[in-house]
Amino acid sequence: MITQVIVESKLDPKNAVLNQICHAGDPWMAEVKKGQIFRIVDTEGNQAVDTLFYSSANAEERYSAVDTIVRQRQLYLTTSSILYSSDGNAMLTIVADTCGRHDTLGGACSAESNTTRYDLAKRPMHSCRDSFMHALNTCPCASHMSKRDITGNINFFMNVPVTADGALVFADGISGAGKYVEMRAEMDVVVLISNCPQLNNPCNGYNPTPIQLLIWNSH
Amino acid sequence: MSKPFRNENMLWEETIPGGNHWSGLMRRGSALRLTDLGGGANCSALFYNAEDKLERYNLSDTLKAQHTAFLSAGNVVYSDMGRVLASVIDDGVGWHDSICGVTDAAMIEEKYGKATFQTHRNDMFRSGKDGLLIELAKHGLGKRDLTATVNFFSKVVPDNAGNLSFIADHSKLGSTVDIRFDMNVLFVISTAPHPLDTKTTYAPAGVKLSAYHAGDVARDDICRNSCLQNGRGFINTERYYL
Repeated sequence: MITQVIVESKLDPKNAVLNQICHAGDPWMAEVKKGQIFRIVDTEGNQAVDTLFYSSANAEERYSAVDTIVRQRQLYLTTSSILYSSDGNAMLTIVADTCGRHDTLGGACSAESNTTRYDLAKRPMHSCRDSFMHALNTCPCASHMSKRDITGNINFFMNVPVTADGALVFADGISGAGKYVEMRAEMDVVVLISNCPQLNNPCNGYNPTPIQLLIWNSH
Repeated sequence: MSKPFRNENMLWEETIPGGNHWSGLMRRGSALRLTDLGGGANCSALFYNAEDKLERYNLSDTLKAQHTAFLSAGNVVYSDMGRVLASVIDDGVGWHDSICGVTDAAMIEEKYGKATFQTHRNDMFRSGKDGLLIELAKHGLGKRDLTATVNFFSKVVPDNAGNLSFIADHSKLGSTVDIRFDMNVLFVISTAPHPLDTKTTYAPAGVKLSAYHAGDVARDDICRNSCLQNGRGFINTERYYL
């Protein structure tokens, strides 16, 4: 039994400078400036939010799952976790978390990996990697980016425990309606999200739902 | 039937000193036996489809398809396109880390001090990241292409809360792991220390590469049959070469 540490935020959504909904299966992109606070809300519960971060100044510097894991010797993300870049710099710090554990090993689902994981006939199903590709080819802020820039992401609200004997388990979600994770940007970052459309495993409770994105100015 | 590691199948051998780096084209049907020449070796590896280098090793797809956080005999290395780049066909070590990436120059200096070429010539302290970036640049690749690595010979285990521990000297002197290449693969390696290695002096073990002809993937291949997912991965791979 793992005890999740729950840390709530004092920020009021009324004061947010950005407050948007991203529907299930949609990509979402925005910039978060250094010092701003970025919150993702799992509005209906058990929704995986596949998230990548890039330095606004240089997209070659991006969120690195392995740097984040190895520099903190810790597999899971929660309050006080630092999200490290591929250059070893702090990109964001998680400052509040009412879910308690987030995954950064499971990566994004894709049409291609669905063919191996589930069935060759699953290829046409919508996937996070297709949402990332769509964002790269349609968002003005991604015009300089390509598939080379799609690396290992964070799955906020997703529970992928690794056992001591090295098994990777896709466990039932530990998130719930209204739970949120909040992070402070330590540099100007571009956020790229796919609100996961996976229907083949319990990562979205077999019912992908909308998420809410909020940004506050530093206070 | 995949051919075993035998003298008559041998193609070439090369020794990579500890801390060094190497890259090369490994053709579909060839294999490499990696041998730990000092005990406690680490060999951080990257895999790209040599004909379309945008297709590359995908850590998460590899772990998810096989429900594992490490690699051993029977496991395969997946690309982001649902194909099998390479397979672990024989393994005397039992656990190869996939989740810790490599050291950078700052981590090496903090842990071991500084030893540059100016002062130490070829005994300089090299980082995993610098070694991989040097090799990637030889093939027109760079930082954007530096994915997570497979760290052959190294073992890191989590506790229930996710805290990681490095298992020192997990690989013994002379230990081997055999990797068959199931696509034409640009294989890139660094033998710099694992980022969580507990040794306080910079003395990484060398690794011998022994290339041999492994032949076709048999119907009863251990990697093809270790799970249904891999069976489908090999179908995707075979279709690519029709």
